[in-house]
Amino acid sequence: MKPPPFEYHAPDSLEEALDLLREHGDEARPLAGGQSLVPMMNFRLARPSVVIDLNQVPGLSELDAADGVVRCGAMVRERAAERSAVVHERAPLLAAALPLIGHEAIRTRGTLGGSLAHADPAAELPAVALAAEAQLVARSAERGERVLGADEFFAGFFTTALEPDELLVEIRLPEVPAGSGVRFEEVARRQGDFAMVGVLAVLHTADGVIDDARLALIGVADRAVRAREAEAALIGAKADAGAFAEAAATAARDLEPMSDLHGSSAYRKHVAERLVQRALQGAAEAAGVR
Amino acid sequence: MTDPVQIDLVVNGQPRSAAAEPRRLLADFLRDDLGLTGTHVGCEHGVCGACTVLVDGEPVRSCLMFAVQARGAEVRTIEGLAEGGRLNPVQEALWNSHSFQCGFCTPGFVMQITALLEENPTPGEAEIREALSGNICRCTGYQSIVEGVLRAAGHDVPTAAH
Repeated sequence: MKPPPFEYHAPDSLEEALDLLREHGDEARPLAGGQSLVPMMNFRLARPSVVIDLNQVPGLSELDAADGVVRCGAMVRERAAERSAVVHERAPLLAAALPLIGHEAIRTRGTLGGSLAHADPAAELPAVALAAEAQLVARSAERGERVLGADEFFAGFFTTALEPDELLVEIRLPEVPAGSGVRFEEVARRQGDFAMVGVLAVLHTADGVIDDARLALIGVADRAVRAREAEAALIGAKADAGAFAEAAATAARDLEPMSDLHGSSAYRKHVAERLVQRALQGAAEAAGVR
Repeated sequence: MTDPVQIDLVVNGQPRSAAAEPRRLLADFLRDDLGLTGTHVGCEHGVCGACTVLVDGEPVRSCLMFAVQARGAEVRTIEGLAEGGRLNPVQEALWNSHSFQCGFCTPGFVMQITALLEENPTPGEAEIREALSGNICRCTGYQSIVEGVLRAAGHDVPTAAH
């Protein structure tokens, strides 16, 4: 349970970090908060020969909002985001997800960018990125900056569209319409454990009729997923229990979750349906419906 | 660069330094290189909370941080709490509630509780349970620990039977 030896670099500029990443490519792993990478190294499931520690790189921990977009540096700690007034006022999806991530002593180190780039299919932040229709900014020494939509960023089980020489440097979260209701529901064995299933619901209504609906699910596939068909069915519907039950059935219908020690595929599917219903109900209440 | 590097930091108010390989976990550095064995190493993958210490005031898992990353940091461990050989008020409250049994999880809990009370001196029971959710105790069933924190936070808690 000790990590294997590695070459350690702590660059103090982004340029240097990107140069190191270009030089070492696949052999290197960037170290953000280390709350996933270090356990994997302790178990020797990950054995990078080079570790590029990003904690000394300036400029990656900014958090601000302008022109309807909340911009988060990739190294913003989850705990810092949790305490941020900007997040609470302008990024309610993120605010809803943060308390569900691990425990306090995990969030004090864990970073927004680290979690997204790790792409755990049961992690909360990918659901936020998908539902918020986030833009993820990647940089490399060779090709400079490119901006990826959340729907193209997550490529599968612990896999993203990032190239080996690319670093996720910023997350841009467009603000949701004012008055949107948000609810993140999940079922885990223990508070702070990875969710067996989680659902993030965002609803906006006008005169009791839904005009914006977003559903992102975690723990049910090889990556976080949007329930597009269920969302489409909600638009134009009255925000009531009947519509939510129907949407939940639609959202769960085509899921094929994996079975593991914690729950069978059928159980996860059942939980997903119930949680969609519950999250929609909660989001409707948060939006002030009824 | 896999060779030992010099690590200078402040631990419990004292400047300390030692050389360690970059792969040295902060928990092992504290225990084996600085001789501070009060920090306990349980699961070594960030699940049990036994190795929790404060780094620049924030609770962290010292098994999920490399010692080299703590260069220049201010670290507080269980050894730094007692004042002149006397339990500090938080330790005293936990003692009076018989919060712990075998003692293995104790240092992690006490550091997490210290962080909680420094940020929020008067937490309610729900906040206490939330803050302690990342620390595992296999002896007590947690009631006595929660009671100890309530006591430390100034709530009126009957003294446990001796």
